[in-house]
Parts: sequence; C-alpha cells; structure tokens
Amino acid sequence: MTTPATRKSASARRAAAAAAGGVTPAELERIAERVLKLSDADETEVEMCATVDALTRFANNTIHQHVAEQSLAISVRAVVDGRTARATTNKFDEDSLRRAAETAASLARNEPKIPGLLPMPRAQKYAKVARFFPATAAATAQDRARAVARVCKLAERGGQTAAGIFSSGSSRVLLANSRGVRAHYEQTRSEFSVTILERDSSGWAKANSPDIRAIEPEALALAASRKAAASRQPREIPPGRYTAILEPSAVLDLVGFLFYDFAATAVLDKRSCFTGRMGKKVFGENVTLWDDAYHPLQSGAPFDGEGMPRQKVLLVDSGVPKNLVYARATAKKMKARPTGHGFSLPNEYGEAPMNLVFAGGDASVDDMIRGTERGILVTRLWYIREVDPYEKIVTGMTRDGTFLVENGRLAGGIRNFRFNQSLIEMLSSVEMLGAAVRAAGEESFEMVVPAMKVRNFHFSEVTKF
Amino acid sequence: MIEEWAHSAIETARRRGASYADARLMDIRQRDISVKNGEVGTLAESESLGIGIRVIASGAWGFASTDRLTREGVDSCAAEAVAIAKASALAKRDDVSLAPEQAYVDTWQNPFVKDPFRIPVERQIDLLLAADKEMRRIKGVTVAEGSMSFRRIEQLFVSSIGSSIHQVKMQSGAGIVATSFAGSEIQKRSYPNSFGGQHMLQGYELVESLDLVGNAPRVAEECVGLHSAAQCPERQGTIILGGSQLGLQIHESIGHPIELDRVLGMEANFAGMSFLTTDKLRHLKYGSDLVSVVADARLEHGPGLGTFAYDDEGVPAQRIPIITNGLFSGYLSSRETAPAIGEKRSGGTMRCESWNRLPMIRMTNISIEPGSWKFDDLIADTDDAILMETNRSWSIDDRRYHFQFSTEIGWEIRGGKKTRMIKNPSYSGITTEFWNSCDAVCSREYWTLWGTPNCGKGQPQQTMGTGHGASPARFRNVRIGVAFAK
Repeated sequence: MTTPATRKSASARRAAAAAAGGVTPAELERIAERVLKLSDADETEVEMCATVDALTRFANNTIHQHVAEQSLAISVRAVVDGRTARATTNKFDEDSLRRAAETAASLARNEPKIPGLLPMPRAQKYAKVARFFPATAAATAQDRARAVARVCKLAERGGQTAAGIFSSGSSRVLLANSRGVRAHYEQTRSEFSVTILERDSSGWAKANSPDIRAIEPEALALAASRKAAASRQPREIPPGRYTAILEPSAVLDLVGFLFYDFAATAVLDKRSCFTGRMGKKVFGENVTLWDDAYHPLQSGAPFDGEGMPRQKVLLVDSGVPKNLVYARATAKKMKARPTGHGFSLPNEYGEAPMNLVFAGGDASVDDMIRGTERGILVTRLWYIREVDPYEKIVTGMTRDGTFLVENGRLAGGIRNFRFNQSLIEMLSSVEMLGAAVRAAGEESFEMVVPAMKVRNFHFSEVTKF
Repeated sequence: MIEEWAHSAIETARRRGASYADARLMDIRQRDISVKNGEVGTLAESESLGIGIRVIASGAWGFASTDRLTREGVDSCAAEAVAIAKASALAKRDDVSLAPEQAYVDTWQNPFVKDPFRIPVERQIDLLLAADKEMRRIKGVTVAEGSMSFRRIEQLFVSSIGSSIHQVKMQSGAGIVATSFAGSEIQKRSYPNSFGGQHMLQGYELVESLDLVGNAPRVAEECVGLHSAAQCPERQGTIILGGSQLGLQIHESIGHPIELDRVLGMEANFAGMSFLTTDKLRHLKYGSDLVSVVADARLEHGPGLGTFAYDDEGVPAQRIPIITNGLFSGYLSSRETAPAIGEKRSGGTMRCESWNRLPMIRMTNISIEPGSWKFDDLIADTDDAILMETNRSWSIDDRRYHFQFSTEIGWEIRGGKKTRMIKNPSYSGITTEFWNSCDAVCSREYWTLWGTPNCGKGQPQQTMGTGHGASPARFRNVRIGVAFAK
C-alpha cells in the first residue's frame, strides 16, 4: 500500500509525463538549437508549441463526442536583408526542419524590403508565472466522463436535459531566436460549460481555470438548472431601453470587443474607437481597465510574439483612456516604449492586450436586483458583431437565462432580445459594479471582469423564444 | 508506409474492442499573403500532417489524433480512441448506431488550372501591392489592404467497413479592402466580398479572374464616398440584396437551421439549436414559391468550398433538396443522425477542419436556385427600395429565428432607377417571415457560387469553408435601419 506522499509523487510524475504529450523543455531546446543551426538567414526565430488537449462533450444527457489530440508545431521566422517571412511544420525530422528554415528564408528573399523591420530582440528576463497544475495534466477521459455522468444524472432527476463540455489539456512553449531570446512557458487548462434545457427555457454556466480542482461541474450544473427552472414559460415584453444587469460572462463578451482598440497600430491606422479620444473622458468615472498578464486570475505567457516581456499597462483610468499597447515596431513608429504585446511576426495587426482586467466594485448581483425597479437580468450573450467601429455599436442576442426584474425581485423569464448598443455609451452608464472575477464567455478570450448594472441598455427587438 | 499505418490503426482499434473504426490521414499545406498600405503584412506557409481515429466501442464514440506518425504513435492513438470510447460509455443512454453505407475505394481531385503554390510568391505579392497602390491613389483612404490564401488538402480515409478514399482539394481565395476614417466615422468597402474576398475550390486562375487591380479604384472611391452618403432610413420596406449578401443570408438563416445535429440538441451548449424541429419537415412553408434551395456537394454544382467527392465519414457527395418552391424538404444529416428523420442513408455532410478534429455535420454548398429576373429589369420594376451589397455585420439567435445584417454599402432605388448612395444599411427579421417575403430572384447569369471560409461550429471549435450559390433577390416589407436606431 502506498502512502499519500508517494501517491502524490507518482501522480506528479504521471502528470509530468503526460504534459504536452511528453515533449520536455529540453527536447524543445534541442529542436530549437537544431533549427537555428540549419538556418542560413541573417536572423532566425523558432516558436514551438507542444500540446495535449482532450474534451468530453455531452448533449441529451449522454456523451456524444469525446476527443483527444496531441501535436507539436514548429514555426520558423527568417530575416534576410530587411525582409521577413514564416514557415510552420509539425514534423521534426532533420529534413523537415531544414525545409521549414529554407522555406521561411526563401519566402523572405522574394518580397520587397520592409521599411520598419527591426533586428530581433536580444535575451530578455521574464517574471515567473505558475500556471501549470499537475492535477489538470493528469486528468483522464474517465475523470471527465464520471463528472459528466453526475451532471447528466442531476439534470435527469429534475426532468431536465444537459448539454456541455468538460475539457483539460496542457501546452509547453519555447520561443528562441538567434540573438539570444529563450522564452519558456508551460500551462495547463480546464473548462466546464453546461446548458440545462427545459421545454421552453434554459440556463447556462461556465468556468475555466488552469487548475482543474477549481472547476466544480455539479455546482455549475445546479446553477444552470435553477436558471432553467426559474425562466419557464417566458413572457414577451416589448423591446426598448431598460436597466440591464449583466452577469460577468455577458460583460466579458461585450467589452472584449474593445480589446483591439487599445492596439497602437489600430490608432495609427485610424481604426480604433480611441482615435482622437485618448486622454479624454470617454467612459464613466467608475471604469478602470488594465492589461495585466501577471494578475492571479489571468492566464497566458509572460512574453509576446517576439519574446518581449509583457508589461502591466493601465489602459483606462477612471473613464479616461490613458495608454495603448505597443509591439516593438509600432512603438518605434509612434516614439513610445514597447509594452510586450506584439503578435508573432510578420503580421499587419501589430499588437493587442490579451489579459484585460477590469477594476470591480463591491455589489453582488443580488444587490443589483434589489435596487432595480424595472430591468433585465442577462446571463449570457450570443453572436455579437460590430455594427459601428467608431461609436462601437455592437449587436447580438441574449441567451440561456434572461429575466425581467421588477420591484427589486426576479419576475420570471422573458423571451430573448436582440440588442444594438454602443459600448462607449454603456461604459458611461454603469451604475453598479460587482467584484471582478475570471469570466468565460463565447465571443472573447477569458478576462477578469465584474457584473455590471447599466442604465438605458438598448434592447432593439425580440425573438420567438 | 503511412497509408499502411492508417490501416494498422483500424486493426488496432478492432483488436481492442471497437465495433467500428475509421481513420483520416490529412496533409494540409497553406500559403497566406497580405499587404497593407504598400507593405507586406503576412507572408507565411505552413504544413500539417497527422491522423485522426474515430471509433465506436462499448456502444459509444471515441476520437484521438496525433502527429506522431510512427507505427507506435498511430497504434497508441488508436488504442487511446478506444479507451476514450469506453470512458464515454460511463454516460451513455443508447448504443450509437449508424445508417448503412457501402465501402468505396476511390481517388479524386478537384480540377484546377494553375497550382497556386507553383506561382512565384513575388508575383502574388506584386499583384496585391498593385491593387493596394490603386486604392491609396484615392484621397481619403486611410488603410488599403489585400490578401490571398491558398490551401491544399490531401486526405486518405479508411474505415473498418472497407473504404479507402483518397482526395485532394485545392482551394484559393483573394480580396481587397479600403478603409476610410473621417470625422467620427469609419467606412469600409471590400471586393469581391468581405471575409478575405472570394474563395473557391480552384487554382490561381480564380485570383486572375477577379481583376483586383481593375476594381481597386472603384472600391476606394465608394469607400470614401460613403462618408457623404445619406444615412440608411429606419422604416419597413423593400430591399434588394446583392448576391454575396444573399449568400450569407442563406448561410445563417437556412444553412445552420437545417443541420440535423443542431435540431437534435447536440450543439445546444455552443452553436445552439434550431427552430426547424423534425415535425416541420415537408410541412413548413419556409419561403415563397420562388424560393428553392439545395445542398449540393457534387462538382456538377460548381467548385465551391463545400464541394467534394466523399464526406469525412466516407459517404458520397449528394444533392439534397432543402426548400422546394418554398416548402421545407430536407436536412443536412450524417450516418448517426439520418435515421432520426426516417432516412435510410446519410446525406453525406460530415466534414472536419483538420486531422485533429472530429467530423461533424457541416454545410456543403447551400444554394438558392436562380430565378428568372434580369438585374436591370428587377431595378426597373422596383419603385422604392434599398439595394444592399457586401456584408459588414451579421448576427442571428441560437435557434436561427431572428437575424440582423448590415452591409458595407446601399443604393436607393426610386422609380425604377438606382439613385443615391446610402451608408450604414441594415435590415432585420424573422427567418421564415423574411424568406416568405421574397418576390424576385435574379437569373443564372447573375448567380455566383460564393465561398464563406470562416464558418465556426463545434467544441473544440472548427472553422470550415462553405459554398453558397446566390443571385440578387428582392424582399418586401422588411424592417430596415434598426441597427442605428436611437
């Protein structure tokens, strides 16, 4: 019989072996050094990502899809005489590595010079982030399936139907270049999303974390189940401007549409809603926004696509857009300092903040409901698309748990609305903020956002369910 | 050698208890080029080779994929697929069963004239830079962009029923975009379509046929002209949709709702479900009598992004009537789902993005049959309408009832004539009400098989190319201009 300590050690060993398909940092280093040696370009960069991902998918209270993948992508960027291009392969034999290096150099030789191309960065120092959890890497198909089985039973017991996913995975990344950059990063990820359906209503909940132990499938399913039950027999109420209480996932999917507006390249190209608005009061006093890759609720690598360390950047301070994020080349053009937000080169988009963190408040969703005479509680939004890029009007639908609030209480489910709403106007109309949490949605990458109570939200039309 | 391993994977899966197994070996090569304001933006090539193995064991599905293409790697992947299927059985209601299908041994490649990977990259860049330069000649253009993408997909499908199908698909796409910022407004014009232009199962001849340079000045002038155009009014009225916008309207409000996996609840958590419950088959009046729509994956329909010889579970390409003179008449189905609507055989619409993704029901080429109108006659026949062209924004609810679209440009039609330019055009509606309001569809002469390269579905999400044949069409009593309503 093994002791708990020994079991832990064995489990950690299994997790380490399973992580990233067993591709070790040393193996990534070996491939990188080989590519750098094989390349005859003036400068060479190698970006590698070893990935293992698995996803258990369920619907109609049964697992109907269940998948796993293992891959290793090796991407080579060559710089030749002021030109640059990229070639990517997933084969790591000598011939394939040589061919990738030659293809990148050959593509580069056949394009015009790129006026703003900078030499690759030299070796950088990176702050440590701990986003690899052995328990996540060690999760098996059986582990996920057992949790799903419990959720399906929970739904069945309530006469409901469950659909969703439970995923887990890990990746190991190395970005190296011929001028000395060696940037390593490893991360695990897990996600659980559930929709609980009744005849004429539904509820939804979702969470993700690098640590699978932080995911509580049954608690999420129970929350979705309660929403489905509470929104039975939805009423149709007329479209119009209402006070909206947006749960964090809904906030995430809306404000995620602002992320590229903070790219210096977007402002340079006059495609950002902040063109001509930097330093001016654009949002309400209670809106403050950072990009912070080091926030404890954030995930992702501490370096950008060129290997520059990510900086924490104050994007909006009390309603005033203060700073943009810059890739190296954009920073040089705009006489600013690079912030470590560049995409892998070559690209035409420049950079973007990928770790948005909103400053929250201290109100709970219940507080927001209690203080609302008439309004709409929104669980989740869907199919959001930009209508006007400068006034930042977006359209989309509510989904899976939309409620009327009357006299400080939930007054039942309602048919889903279409909205057409300016995000600038919305973030100027925030009456209450919840605590900022790590939220997961469908339209944007994960970020740290609060629930919001917003006045005059424009629900423009109503659908049939 | 690698082909043998695919067969070996099937044997391994059977030995470990799979009652059914198939394997897809896919080798994907891609080239992407983009330019912006006179400089090269993206210049990249990629290759990706791997195998995906799908099995039924203990009555449940399992799928595993790997790019470790050694005998050990592939066999281990097959064993993992079986283990995953057995885990799936922990939450199983009924055993999976498949509609019968024959075994096929075949090879197929879509016809093309010019291999885009053999065209020198400098020639491709020069063409984009020439179009970019033409757009920037027009004062007021703040960003000029152009892009090309090429994809060659070679795949071998083998299955435990004895199929061995080799297919090669060559896909090309290209387009240009002008953007202009003035005052407090950003306007955009794309050619020949948004979403990176036009995309088809063709070679470089597609790019040459588009005349990107010749169209660049018009695109740029229209873009800048939009700033001084009249705002789209908010009203109930008549609209005429250009062909590419009608293609996207078909995609969102016909193509997605007819996916049988959505109808049966399999996509409820993400992509959503469908208002087209199975009781509506052959009963629902989906559109007016002028509306006939087919799902056609055969080459005879055209070289669309939904064209192939066999789908990704080894079922031959078919033509399925979807709407026949307005009556809803068919779904997109798979071997697993076809029996749910009483079909004896799959409609052959299972497709996957890559070797590491599971095939799922996807649109093929979902096209409206051409009508009889000449475009000029349609305009002359229209007293008061807005002609809307080139998609800018698109959104529809998760059961595909309520949609809203915006286009890049509109034109006022007054007294049978195309008059002034309209900016920020938008329209919205309920799917069946909208299609029942169709009173004119233009003829074959104006019909184009548009490519939509960016259709997302599934978890993990997959991006798929779909085809949509469409010609301009007129719709009455439509809600116009709601997107900008105050």
